[in-house]
Amino acid sequence: MLDLAQLVIVGLVVGAIIGLGAMGLTLSYGIMKFANFAHGDMMSLGMFLAYAAVTTFGTGALGPFSVGWAMIPALLLAMLGVGALAAGVDQVVYRPLRRRGSSTISMAIASLGIAIMVRALIQMEWGPSPVRYASGINRAWTLPGDLKIRPDQVLIIAAMLIVAVAVYLLLFKTRLGKAMRATSDNAALAEISGIDTERIRASTWVIAGGLIAVAGVMFGIQSQLKFDAGFEFLLPMFAAVILGGIGNPWGALVGGLIVGISQETSTYWIPTGYKTAVPFVLLTIMLVVRPRGLFGSTV
Amino acid sequence: MIEALLPSPMLLLTFSGVANWSVGFFTTVAILGIAVLGLNIQWGYTGVLNFGVAAFLMVGAYATALLTLPPASDFQAYQLGLELPVWVGWIGGAVAGGLLAFIIGLPTLRLRRDFLAIATIGVAAILRTIANTAEGFVNRARGLNGIPRFLGDSFDSSDYKWVLLVTTVVALLLCYLLVQAVTASPWGRVLRAVRDNEDTAQAAGKATVPFRMQSFVLGGALMGFAGALWAHRVGTIAPDAFSDLFGTFFIWTMLIVGGSGNHMGAVAGSVVVGLFWFGTPLIQEDLPQALGSQVLVLRQFAIGLLVVLAVLLMPKGLFPEQARVSRFAPAPPPTGWRARLRIRRSEA
Repeated sequence: MLDLAQLVIVGLVVGAIIGLGAMGLTLSYGIMKFANFAHGDMMSLGMFLAYAAVTTFGTGALGPFSVGWAMIPALLLAMLGVGALAAGVDQVVYRPLRRRGSSTISMAIASLGIAIMVRALIQMEWGPSPVRYASGINRAWTLPGDLKIRPDQVLIIAAMLIVAVAVYLLLFKTRLGKAMRATSDNAALAEISGIDTERIRASTWVIAGGLIAVAGVMFGIQSQLKFDAGFEFLLPMFAAVILGGIGNPWGALVGGLIVGISQETSTYWIPTGYKTAVPFVLLTIMLVVRPRGLFGSTV
Repeated sequence: MIEALLPSPMLLLTFSGVANWSVGFFTTVAILGIAVLGLNIQWGYTGVLNFGVAAFLMVGAYATALLTLPPASDFQAYQLGLELPVWVGWIGGAVAGGLLAFIIGLPTLRLRRDFLAIATIGVAAILRTIANTAEGFVNRARGLNGIPRFLGDSFDSSDYKWVLLVTTVVALLLCYLLVQAVTASPWGRVLRAVRDNEDTAQAAGKATVPFRMQSFVLGGALMGFAGALWAHRVGTIAPDAFSDLFGTFFIWTMLIVGGSGNHMGAVAGSVVVGLFWFGTPLIQEDLPQALGSQVLVLRQFAIGLLVVLAVLLMPKGLFPEQARVSRFAPAPPPTGWRARLRIRRSEA
């Protein structure tokens, strides 16, 4: 039983990372109406941009954490970088396709091309071998009941909560958020109501890019960075998005936690090697039973 | 460092060097071309979005390996090992590919089209995981070695590459004739109707989901067959060889560049993209040092760029689809860049 509780904690942390990324994926899916297969590699880019910044600013550790103050500007830089790239790609690739009235499927195919390009760029710049933000061990805290949690993992869960609140405020307390929800519901209707949907799409890409960068950096804090690390999150993120209903960020966050926890606790019963299959099994069950997601597809 | 200054690999300067390279190249392209034809049936004709081509190549390769290898020994742990003839393995590979398509298609083909893409990319990852993890199933990450060659006993090894080339090119030709025949039939017309407007096809009384399933299974079988040919060609297969980049994305690039919905385009795309992919390492030595060491990553970047550019600038590919309903109907005016060039020339 103790082992299982410990696995739930690990699953919560993994789920927080999946959920953060899935929130960005579901926003762009809901507004752009296509599955962005470059999202995983954008996550890798986010973790490596932060790595470049951290190695420049210095890597001193702060208190019980393995990373220091330098992580904050590094995180912001990664969010800005990935957000700007995502919006730039939209301008150069997806926007012309939209204006031509191309199908959303050709955008999905183009996004696969973007994914390959981003992955190649990361390999060119940072090489194929794994790196870390900080060396040394992150000593775990002992919780009541002899459960262990590392300070870095607490940091990740805290980041998820902060980001979730920020996304809530953005979507429900700002004009931009209202316009985003309107565009997601019905872009044509939003447009004739005077919403500049192209501006909304650009903002959505920046937000989605920022969210995936946070996910990437949080992943990097607790493990090794590798050029294809983000791509391995693509399927769990899609599972979370479909579990929660496309376009629904809360659904994606809850879906991410469900995927993360079931993936990690599954190792209690089945060999560890199979745990990557768990998100896929959840995804398939969901597609068969309730393809519109647990919570429906509205923001 | 002196090698880097040489104009080009000496091997390629001789006639036999060129011949050797071309034989290997066209054998590879012929095998991949069969997979591209399969994808053309699925995506080009029916609009079924399969992002897991690697999975189909993989089951085809593993199916034939398990059917044709001798029983497992102390050194390799795997199932079956029936020592059947190679041609039985080919059929087994095609059946395995078709079966996989059927299993994936059952829950997903009636849903939104991009769900199938997500599901298939997942299946490819899962199958790699299973092959890498399951004990005593397909020898895990060590892979399967010593897969027999087709007619390997009847020819000595110096001539064998020619046998292989002829075999694969004939296989490609037969597959080409097969897909040409089935897509020129009324069945093929329904596929295109399903792709272009599913509602209209339904209104015309066609049950669209079964048609999508048939096309998905036929395409999957062709991919499985290509995987089987590949396994007998290389003799050794391991799970990680069927990566998303090489197994799936590469095939997609070939089809999109060549022209989806046109079988000639599918084959031409295989040659053009294959030439780019397998040709770039040959000029590696001629490039400046900084570029030369990155050439393998650069061509990966370039192939991603190629797909984006093709979708943006040349969505119909080098050989656009012929928008002809029946061979008895008058042909519509030609489209695409070659036709445009011809018109421009005649105006000048």
